[in-house]
Amino acid sequence: MNLEQALYKYVLRLGDDSLILGQRLAELCGHGPILEEDIALTNISLDLIGQATLFLEYAGALGGENKTNDDLAFLRLEKEYVNVLLVEQPNGHFGDTIMRQFLFDAFRKPLLEKLQNSSDEKLASIAEKALKETKYHLKHSSEWVIRLGDGTEESHAKIQESLNTLYRYTHELFYTDEVDLMLNKNNIIPNLESIKSQWENTIKEVLEMANLSLPDNNWKFEGGRQGRHSEHMGYLLADLQYMQRTYPNMEW
Amino acid sequence: MKNIDIKVLEEKFQKKIDQDIKIEPNDWMPDDYRITLIRQISQHAHSEVVGMLPEGNWITRAPNLRRKAVLLAKVQDEAGHGLYLYCAAETLGADREETIDDLHSGKAKYSSIFNYPTLTWADMGAIGWLVDGAAIMNQVPLCRCSYGPYARAMVRVCKEESFHQRQGFEIMTKLSNGSQEQKDMAQDALNRFWWPALMMFGPNDAESKHTAQSMNWKIKRHTNDELRQQFVDVTVPQAEILGLTIPDKDLKWNEKKKGYDFGKINWDEFWQVVGGNGPCNKERVDARRKAKEDGKWVIEAAMAFANKRSAKKSA
Amino acid sequence: MTKNNQDWPLWEVFIRSKQGLNHKHVGSLRAADSSMAIENARDVYTRRMEGISIWVIPSNLITASDPAEEESMFEPATSKVYRHPTFYDVPDGISHM
Repeated sequence: MNLEQALYKYVLRLGDDSLILGQRLAELCGHGPILEEDIALTNISLDLIGQATLFLEYAGALGGENKTNDDLAFLRLEKEYVNVLLVEQPNGHFGDTIMRQFLFDAFRKPLLEKLQNSSDEKLASIAEKALKETKYHLKHSSEWVIRLGDGTEESHAKIQESLNTLYRYTHELFYTDEVDLMLNKNNIIPNLESIKSQWENTIKEVLEMANLSLPDNNWKFEGGRQGRHSEHMGYLLADLQYMQRTYPNMEW
Repeated sequence: MKNIDIKVLEEKFQKKIDQDIKIEPNDWMPDDYRITLIRQISQHAHSEVVGMLPEGNWITRAPNLRRKAVLLAKVQDEAGHGLYLYCAAETLGADREETIDDLHSGKAKYSSIFNYPTLTWADMGAIGWLVDGAAIMNQVPLCRCSYGPYARAMVRVCKEESFHQRQGFEIMTKLSNGSQEQKDMAQDALNRFWWPALMMFGPNDAESKHTAQSMNWKIKRHTNDELRQQFVDVTVPQAEILGLTIPDKDLKWNEKKKGYDFGKINWDEFWQVVGGNGPCNKERVDARRKAKEDGKWVIEAAMAFANKRSAKKSA
Repeated sequence: MTKNNQDWPLWEVFIRSKQGLNHKHVGSLRAADSSMAIENARDVYTRRMEGISIWVIPSNLITASDPAEEESMFEPATSKVYRHPTFYDVPDGISHM
C-alpha cells in the first residue's frame, strides 16, 4: 500500500461516515417532533451530505479508477462501505437520534480540527469547511442531550437508554490500522489517541450536565471500518441505491 | 358594542382595504374577516407541512448526491413555509398546536394534491413543475393580500419557492432527454399529476362560496378559474418543449380568447379526495399525527428543562 | 399543568442582514428556551445567508402601541413639517446646505 492508496481508504471512511449519517437523518425529514427541530435536523443532514459529496469526490480522484462521488456513494457493495457502525444505527426515537449524533459530533469536531492542519492540502480544506458545520452540530446535539437528560423523568430514562445502547459503538470511532499509521507518520492525519482524550472530556462534561452516566457494560462492537456491518445497513443501502441499481447507467 | 359603532368600524375597515392599506394584527377587523383568514392561512400551512410527505418519500431514494441535497433542501423549505404561515395565523389568535390538532382530527383541510401517491422518481419532477407551478400562481397574488402578516409571509415563501419549480423542470428535462424508460416515466408522472394539479385552484367560480367576499376583502386577488386558465396557458408550451403530451384530448388553442380550451375536470374525484377518500389521505394525516405524538415527550422535556433553569436563575 | 404551559412559548426574531444595518423583524417561532430560540431562528430564518446576527425575544414581553390610538399618537407629527429640511427656502446659488 502506497501513501495515495492509504489516503484513498482514509478519505472514504470520512466520506462514508458523513454519507450514511446524512442518509439516516434524511429519513426524518417531515417526521420531526416539531417543525423547528425538523428543519434543524434537515440542516444537519444537508451539511453531512455536502461533506460526503466533497470527501467522496476527493476519494474518487485518489482511487485512480475515474470514479465519481456518485459512483462511490451509490454503486459499491455493502462490504465496500467503511463507515463506523454507529452512524448506520436506526433513528429510533428522538433521544436515540440525538445521542447518536452527539457521540459522533464529539468525535468529529476534534478530528476535523486536527485535519484542517493536514499536510494534504485538499483534505485540510475540506476539513476546514466541515469543521464549521460540525461545531454547530455538536452544540445542537449536546444541548439536546442535556435538555433530555435533565428534562422530565421520562426523557431522562429514554436518553439514558439511548446512551446504554449506543455507547458500545463508540469504541470503533478510534479504530486504527496500517492506513492510519502510515498517514499519521506522514503528518496527513492526527494520532487518534489524542482525539480520544478530547472526545472523552466532551462526553464527560455533557453527560454530567445531563445527569447521565456511562453504562457499566463496556463491550465493544466494531466491524464497519472493515466493511462488516449491522443488519440495518442492507436496508439503508436498498433505499440509497434503489435508483442506480434499478436503472443502471442513466443520467438523472 | 352598539350596532351603529360596528357599522362605522366596518366602513372604516373597508375603506382601508379599498385604499390598499394593509391590516395589521391588532387592528379592528370584522369577525368574518378574521375567521376567513384563519381558515385560509391554516389550510395553507397544513398544505405545506403535509406536502412534505409525498416528496419526503423519495429523499432516501434520490438517484444521486446532487438530487438528494436539492430535494432535501426543498422539502425543508416547505417545513419553513408551514412555520411562517402558522405564525401568521397565530397573529390572528389561532394557537398553532390547536390548529394542528384540527388537521389531525380531520376537521381542517389541506390541498388535495398531496393525497396522491408518489410512485416514481419522475413524480419529483412533476410535482416541482406542476404542483409548485400551480402553487406559485396561487401565491404570487397573495403577496399583495390585505392582511400584513400573511402578505409578508407570502413574500418570503415566493422568494424561496422560485427554485422549487425550476428543480422540478430540470428533473423533467433530464428524463425527457434520457432513455425510453425515463421518457415513459416522465409521461406517466404527467398523466397522473396533470388533472390533480388543475384541481389545485379549487372549484369553478360558480361553485366557490368564498370567492366574492374574499376578493372584496383583497384576501384573494383572482378567481379560481382565472388562475387555472393562466396555469394551463403557461404550462402547455412547457410540456411541448419537454416533448410530453398533456393527457387531455379536448385541449385546444382558442385564438379568440388567446388561451387554451381544456377538458372537463372530474369534480366528483376532487370532492372525494377533499372529503378524505383520496389514495393517501389516511397515510398523510397518520404520519403527521404520529410525528406529533412521538414528539410529545420531547416537547415536554424541553419545557420542563427550561422551567428548571429559569427557576434556578431566579433563585 | 395546563396544556398551554407545556407548549413552547412564541419568540419574535430580529435579524441583522449585514454589518452596518439594523436588526429587522423577520417573523416568529416556537422554542423552549433562549438558546434554542437562537438556534431555531438560525435554522428557520437564515438558510439563505439572510443574516449575520440574531436577536430573539419572547413575544409576550413586547409592549405595542394601541392601533385605536393611532390618530392621537401619530397624526400630530404630520403637521410639524418644519422638522423637515424641505420646509425651508434656500436662495439660489447656495450649496453645501
